[in-house]
Amino acid sequence: MPIRDRLSGNEAISVAMRQINPDVVAAFPITPSTEIPQYFSKYVADGVVDTEFVPVESEHSAMSACIGAQGAGARSMTATSSCGLALMWEMLYIASSSRLPITLACVNRALSGPININADHGDSMGARDSGWIQIYSEDNQEAYDNFIQAVRIGEDERVMLPVMVCQDGFITSHGVENMDLLEDKEVKEFVGEYTPKHYLLNPQEPIAMGPYATDKYYMEHKRQQVEGMKEAKEVVLKVAKEFEKISGRKYGFFEEYMLEDAEVALVAINSTAGTIKATIDEMRNEGKKVGLLKIRLFRPFPGEEISKALKDVSVVGIMDRSETFSTQGGPLFFETRSALYDNPNRPKVVNYIYGLGGRDISTKDIRKVYEELYEIKMGKEVEETCTYLGVRE
Amino acid sequence: MSVKINEKVTWRDITPGGTIYDAGNSSEFKTGDWRVLKPVFVEEKCKQCLLCAPVCPDSAVPVENKVRGEFDYDHCKGCGICMKVCPFDAIQMVSE
Ligand code: SF4
Ligand code: SF4
Repeated sequence: MPIRDRLSGNEAISVAMRQINPDVVAAFPITPSTEIPQYFSKYVADGVVDTEFVPVESEHSAMSACIGAQGAGARSMTATSSCGLALMWEMLYIASSSRLPITLACVNRALSGPININADHGDSMGARDSGWIQIYSEDNQEAYDNFIQAVRIGEDERVMLPVMVCQDGFITSHGVENMDLLEDKEVKEFVGEYTPKHYLLNPQEPIAMGPYATDKYYMEHKRQQVEGMKEAKEVVLKVAKEFEKISGRKYGFFEEYMLEDAEVALVAINSTAGTIKATIDEMRNEGKKVGLLKIRLFRPFPGEEISKALKDVSVVGIMDRSETFSTQGGPLFFETRSALYDNPNRPKVVNYIYGLGGRDISTKDIRKVYEELYEIKMGKEVEETCTYLGVRE
Repeated sequence: MSVKINEKVTWRDITPGGTIYDAGNSSEFKTGDWRVLKPVFVEEKCKQCLLCAPVCPDSAVPVENKVRGEFDYDHCKGCGICMKVCPFDAIQMVSE
């Protein structure tokens, strides 16, 4: 029986953590993800979980502690945001290359500077090439559901990679929403016990982890890591199927919203997908065939599947909540557009950089974007492929 | 689990994360090829006090039956610690 509750996105993650009851949680507070370890530490203090909680002095240490713990054979988790994730940088690569399936709750926030604490995908997008699986969540429900699934995805023997579950800072992390929780027992059964094949605390098999790999070995390791990513796609779908059985909620690589007969469409991640859906509902009532492809799995990037899903759309707008300073657009744009390139009748693709540092985005803004996509469809010249939405000119 | 990690191993067979499952596998890797200086053993001066062997960070001074042998140049990094510690000038550092 699902349990109805109203929780913030951060509370939802901490409840998921409590239900998973991991062996180790190591964390350092950083806005807006601070509440996750804060709520969770209360569970630890109250004895409702038997997790070893490690309050560290920085995020670099948080990830290091997770790496040490996971390597020892313990299921480990952490949460972070913004510069906290940036401070984990070095260790993110160690976690993934050591094939340690740590789970991280990333509450997306802008990177400094100037200092800003609001939603922006600069942090997780910067970590997109660190070898972590990345899953994005539109709302609190998805953050909760994704976090539980992440454990199983990362720990699958074919994958063995760390997973980052992202959601938008404040918008979902602090926004309270009605949601359905699973029973503790169901979550416990779903995630099962963590039983790594090889681990440092196994007295039967003394091993050494994280050795030096010269040029003679490094490339083989990277190639093998990629294989874990490739396998992850199948595992993501398998885990989603099993999750649907206990929750009734369907998940895939992405969600198609009114995409089937759409003439123009947007591609987006995280909470703005909700704003786009509301706009679509309005515009569909007016007879406009607009659609959305909301990417859930960003690493590995399901390029072929996305290309297929967009094959009948003539103009696609890609929404990026982070800047790359390449002057050619945002990360979502690059990857989606590249995936579409081999499509024989590839659509026109334009990029909108929006919502940086938490700048508000409303249905009115989205409507303007759809209207522009229609104009492009009608033959309007695209002067600039990548434009800023909501910036003061 | 015993996987031979050598320069022929493919990406499919290399151990995940490079984890090492067998102790003492450093004997299979020649890591001493980037020295600038190299220690030379002057056997006639050596009193077999064995002070040099335990200080070598790379275990490159082999000892057998309480007698030190020739340097293991496959692993010696040329740091000179052994030369410093030898009370009898039985180790000289020369250009590689
Ligand atoms: S020079 Fe350094 S590495 Fe070489 S044998 Fe002496 S102590 Fe060992
Ligand atoms: S320290 Fe010098 S004298 Fe002593 S064993 Fe080593 S080489 Fe010989």
